[in-house]
Amino acid sequence: MLTILFDGIAYGMLLFVLASGLSVTLGLMNFINLAHGSFAMAGAYITVFLVNRLGVPFFLSLPMAFVASAVIGFLFERTLYSHVYRKPHLDQVLFTIGLVFMSVAATDYFMGSSQVFVQIPTYLQGQFEIAGIGVGRYRLLIIVLCGLLTIALQFILAKTRFGSRLRAAVDDSRVAGGLGINVNWVFSLTFGFGCGLAGLGGALGAEILGLDPTFPLKYMIYFLIVVTVGGTSSITGPFLASLLLGIGDIAGKYYVPTLGSFVIYTIMIVVLIWRPQGLFARAASR
Amino acid sequence: MTVALETVNLVKRFSGIVASNNVSLQIQKGARHALIGPNGAGKTTLINLLTGVQKPTSGRILLDGDDIGALSTHQRVRLGIVRTFQINQLFNDLTPLETIGLAVSERRGQGLDWWRVVGSRSDLITEVVEILERFNLNDVVDKRTAILPYGKQRLLEIAVAIACRPRVLLLDEPAAGVPEDERHEILAAVAALPSDVTVLLIEHDMDIVFSFADRISVLVNGALFVEGSPDEVARDPRVKAVYLGEELADA
Amino acid sequence: MLPPQSAIRVATEWLAARARWQPLEVVFWLVAFAAIWLFPDRHLILTEIAWLGLFALSLDLILGYAGIISLGHAAFFGLGAYTAALLAKYEIINEPVLAMLVAGLGAMALGFVTSFLVLRGSDLTRLMVTLGVALVLRELANRYGWLTGGADGLQGVNIKPVLGMFRFDLFGHTGYAYCLTVLFILFLIARRLVNSPFGLSLMAVKGNPLRASAIGISADARLVAIYTVAAGYAGIAGALLAQTTAFASLEVFSFDRSADLLLVLIIGGAGYLYGGLIGAIIFKFMQDFLSQLTPQYWPFWIGLVLVAIVLVGRERITSWTTPIRRSATHLSWRALKRRFTVSSGERPAP
Repeated sequence: MLTILFDGIAYGMLLFVLASGLSVTLGLMNFINLAHGSFAMAGAYITVFLVNRLGVPFFLSLPMAFVASAVIGFLFERTLYSHVYRKPHLDQVLFTIGLVFMSVAATDYFMGSSQVFVQIPTYLQGQFEIAGIGVGRYRLLIIVLCGLLTIALQFILAKTRFGSRLRAAVDDSRVAGGLGINVNWVFSLTFGFGCGLAGLGGALGAEILGLDPTFPLKYMIYFLIVVTVGGTSSITGPFLASLLLGIGDIAGKYYVPTLGSFVIYTIMIVVLIWRPQGLFARAASR
Repeated sequence: MTVALETVNLVKRFSGIVASNNVSLQIQKGARHALIGPNGAGKTTLINLLTGVQKPTSGRILLDGDDIGALSTHQRVRLGIVRTFQINQLFNDLTPLETIGLAVSERRGQGLDWWRVVGSRSDLITEVVEILERFNLNDVVDKRTAILPYGKQRLLEIAVAIACRPRVLLLDEPAAGVPEDERHEILAAVAALPSDVTVLLIEHDMDIVFSFADRISVLVNGALFVEGSPDEVARDPRVKAVYLGEELADA
Repeated sequence: MLPPQSAIRVATEWLAARARWQPLEVVFWLVAFAAIWLFPDRHLILTEIAWLGLFALSLDLILGYAGIISLGHAAFFGLGAYTAALLAKYEIINEPVLAMLVAGLGAMALGFVTSFLVLRGSDLTRLMVTLGVALVLRELANRYGWLTGGADGLQGVNIKPVLGMFRFDLFGHTGYAYCLTVLFILFLIARRLVNSPFGLSLMAVKGNPLRASAIGISADARLVAIYTVAAGYAGIAGALLAQTTAFASLEVFSFDRSADLLLVLIIGGAGYLYGGLIGAIIFKFMQDFLSQLTPQYWPFWIGLVLVAIVLVGRERITSWTTPIRRSATHLSWRALKRRFTVSSGERPAP
């Protein structure tokens, strides 16, 4: 059972890294970006390409995936997304669904539709035993890396100048603008960073989640659950929500295999009825 | 004299701010009661509490003696307590004809009728047209609300409230933002309100207040400060002090 | 003091004009029915347009008139499809019209139960909840493969003749006439509904919920009602699909279906009932054309169309159809009569 807990935590932390960018974008710009998974997929495929085709070492490919996804995200934000910010939610939904369809089809065209695997280094494969728990090496890596990332994120937000600018802009972008904070740049950089995180999460997660062109569609609902259940006003909310979701999904599929994903969808619906603003959100100022 | 609307020790707190501080207000049936006070005194909050838009932290609200605190906004409207908004809240894509028609048909309980075509009931039309005429909206009956001049919109705001045949009507600054040349229409409409309707008027314009009201309550920092007839309030030095910003001895 | 008779007459006339059948509408339906005889070789695609139009009409009721953004409308569509297919396969109800009505009722029940989920929360939560419901149903259909045929779909469905008389054929002749008739009847009901006081109250709730409650409208009750009706319509559309193709598979619940549906409605324009029908026509022909060009990758072009529509602006797109809509109103019977008769001096209604 502890193995399940361990796996669930790994899964949850991975989800957190993947979804954290979405959480910030939603909280910051009140923008529903259903195409977030596409940036994750981009990072994943870039890693596959670097590692499998070019022989780049796995650990080097991770930051490269991060940077590549961040740059792609930044460019998309400057050229396309910024035009859609002020539009009603329906338009945002339509726009990002359109992007998802395009990215799925394009990836299918260039990369083929079958599932691909990252050639992870041999020392990361397999598992070892600690006190009777089967600890997967790769999963351990995920927990460690994602844990470090989470701490780093919290540090950036709480202790750096950029972090306080970001928090100000999230709280009230007009006032932040009035204080001389260049809100547009904050948005673009943050969006890019969030996409970078998604790409990194995709690269890390390709091994566990399975990578094929339908990745954004398959996992869209998971990211959305994390941000709606976790709320958008903190790091801890989505973090806890991701863990809850990760453990719940793994445990659900193990203990009640006939119902599988059922469990998460039901949890989500129940949470949303009970607390439409999310489990951990504080009352929004707007 | 019966009390149409009453609040008993009404309190509203928002994370540290006390917007309504133990307000106990009594409005007589058929009265023309004005509520005045400096900006931020909590007048609109009080209206929101009375109409169910916000829930009080504590205290009771009685309509004709019945406690309505647990009822939602639309339920209170059905019982006869109706408000207008300080900033127009209208249906921008509907015409005045459709707007008033909707209010009247809702009041008559025909709101769930999904089969009859809007406007096929002649008795309803007569009432709708009569209301539109009363509020001088006849010439813009078929124009989209969004393109109407502000004064007409303000008149429509009051007309919609009247179409609900309220027992108690809460007017939140009816003349706010209306250009000078259109003000008299608003004032005439307010003056011509039926005498059996109890009216609570929030206003800043003292001319309107003193020509309209038979009783005035002054709200300061969320609490009832002074209450009385227009003469009493006009002569009260504490009221002058509040409006002129002088320091208050504990009030 | 009673208002003058002329004022009452003008008001009555104006309101009546609002709901009156415009000449373009009549032409639309005449052409649609004439297509039964005029275009027999296109009946297959016309059948698809008919039930897709009904599906889009059902979304228009909740999106265009009540303002609820749903990403999971396929839930009701799929439930209707499977219900009709199962009823036929196990010969529980042999007559298609009856089966379709039962399927619609089932979808309505689901709509009623889930309507309470969309009353509360922001646009995002509504999106999530509707998506979640559709995914739950898809999971259920997947798990209970022994009933639904699972990923392969439901095989061995045999649809009996409509009303015992009209056999379904390979060319869609019966299919088109059947679907078109059902669509037309349901359209008439929907048209009545949106022009009624209830319909007006929906537009009020969508336009300004605060004001709506301030005149005594209980938004919750209205939304539950329209959501339930829309679910029923979607279920019937699904039933029509199942009956005309004698097949049902998991993808009736898929996200793709709900997303495509949004596109269909947006192309035609939401909020005036014909948007879904026009959108269905455009979408189906576009899909037909694109999938001949690139059979595997046509979702790319659909995605591109979506992105383009949003960037260009939905209002600008619908403004292209405004001339059609405006000419529809100007080309009212009154205007036609005036062309050919001498004016009686009466004040013209809009």
